[in-house]
Amino acid sequence: MIDEPFAHGNSVIHRIDPRFKIVFACALSIATAVSYRFPTLFFALGLALLLVVASRLHMGTVLKKLLVVFSFLVLLWLVLPLTFEGEVFTRIGPLKITRPGLILSAQITLKSVSIVMMFIALVTTAGFVTIGHAMDRLGIPGKIVHLLLMSYRYIFVIEQEYQRLSRAVKIRGFVPGTNLHTYRTYAYLVGMIFVRAAERADQVYRAMRCRGFNGRFYCLADFPAHYRNWIFTGLMTTSFAVLLLLELTAFA
Amino acid sequence: MNTHPPIICLSDISYCYPGAAAPVLDRLEFDFFAGNHTGLVAPNGSGKTTLFHIIMGLLKPDSGRIEIFGKTVSEEKDFLEVRHRIGLLFQDADDQLFSPTVLEDVAFGPLNLGKSKQEAVDISRRMLASLGLEGFEDRITLQLSGGEKRLVSLAAVLAMEPEVLLLDEPSAGLDEKTKEHLIEILRNLDISYIIVSHEIDFLADLADSVYTLQNGKIVLDTELHLHEHVHAHTYGRQPHKHD
Repeated sequence: MIDEPFAHGNSVIHRIDPRFKIVFACALSIATAVSYRFPTLFFALGLALLLVVASRLHMGTVLKKLLVVFSFLVLLWLVLPLTFEGEVFTRIGPLKITRPGLILSAQITLKSVSIVMMFIALVTTAGFVTIGHAMDRLGIPGKIVHLLLMSYRYIFVIEQEYQRLSRAVKIRGFVPGTNLHTYRTYAYLVGMIFVRAAERADQVYRAMRCRGFNGRFYCLADFPAHYRNWIFTGLMTTSFAVLLLLELTAFA
Repeated sequence: MNTHPPIICLSDISYCYPGAAAPVLDRLEFDFFAGNHTGLVAPNGSGKTTLFHIIMGLLKPDSGRIEIFGKTVSEEKDFLEVRHRIGLLFQDADDQLFSPTVLEDVAFGPLNLGKSKQEAVDISRRMLASLGLEGFEDRITLQLSGGEKRLVSLAAVLAMEPEVLLLDEPSAGLDEKTKEHLIEILRNLDISYIIVSHEIDFLADLADSVYTLQNGKIVLDTELHLHEHVHAHTYGRQPHKHD
């Protein structure tokens, strides 16, 4: 199952219209991604932290999700300061640690942590289905939205089919090894999943035709207007403006 | 004897799956009349699902003639009307429930029939309530239990207000309680239906007559004799005692 640990909650962020949250999550993360100045990046980090706190999410789970980013960043910190050309900051034995390498690593760290936290606070606080509906309302083409929603719907069914096949090979004494028999078995397994997925798609399409499917998809979700959406819009627009100002004043 | 013409009339229908040695349906003849509650019991692979898919126009027979509601149907456009008037409940509910939420799935059929969003939502809510599924509207379809999925699929089919229902193994995998609930629902429906099932007790509760498929043809099951609509078994015609 795709778990949605942050989708259910009662915080003010949870209650904001997902369309507004998606728009600002995208706008703020793009602004953060293209920024280089440290004041801007620290502001973005502070804003992201504030949003996570306002979402009243379980911090342990948030940190667990951030671990994926951290593991990537550790690799970056190990490689970039050593390989990036420029002024030497310090030497450890024969290794040169460069200042531009350190700066770049710090920038990437701040950017990625901020963006992930913004998405955790603004996007994952709505369920997958709600996000799909909000995308539809934002004018994203229906086919893309339904492709996304149907993938979400059937990925579990296909996963269950994989589990069934996997059990079937196990109960007949299959132990994976480094040999041709193992590779062949896995190839059959993957092939069979594709065949079953295609069969499933065929059956779903038949069921849809039986209910008069004519190529049109429908979305029934409604997002009622509320003043809190506009307060959120005001605050986020201001934050966005501050981000831009902090970044652009350097070039003024 | 039925004085009205049949609503589904299949004559001389043959169908052979590519690569199969023998046709699964072989010059099959079948008449189904309004008000009929027909059971169909036959071994796996004998062509029950194929028959349903042929009636719905999902498979094209190799030969034969299909007449539904008095009209000969052969092309895809002919079957569009058939699909509005005949509902097919698939064997696997996961095939049927593709929408993310229950309400959207049930409303999908009415929306395709040209109903407005509000009408479709109203019909769907009413249908869910009539099957005892109030409060399911916003449930995520993939998170429903097997029994719930089956009932929601039935609601989705019934939301199109069909005149005939084709039910493909509706009781398969259901627990006793859900099965009884399903029997209760089907008994209270004023609708003609054909049920494919392996469960004789289930058919005994719901079918007036039971047919089987033998050598690609539909025949009245002479071995199965449903008596008093209470139970049925192979010795139903023999004198016997019940404890």
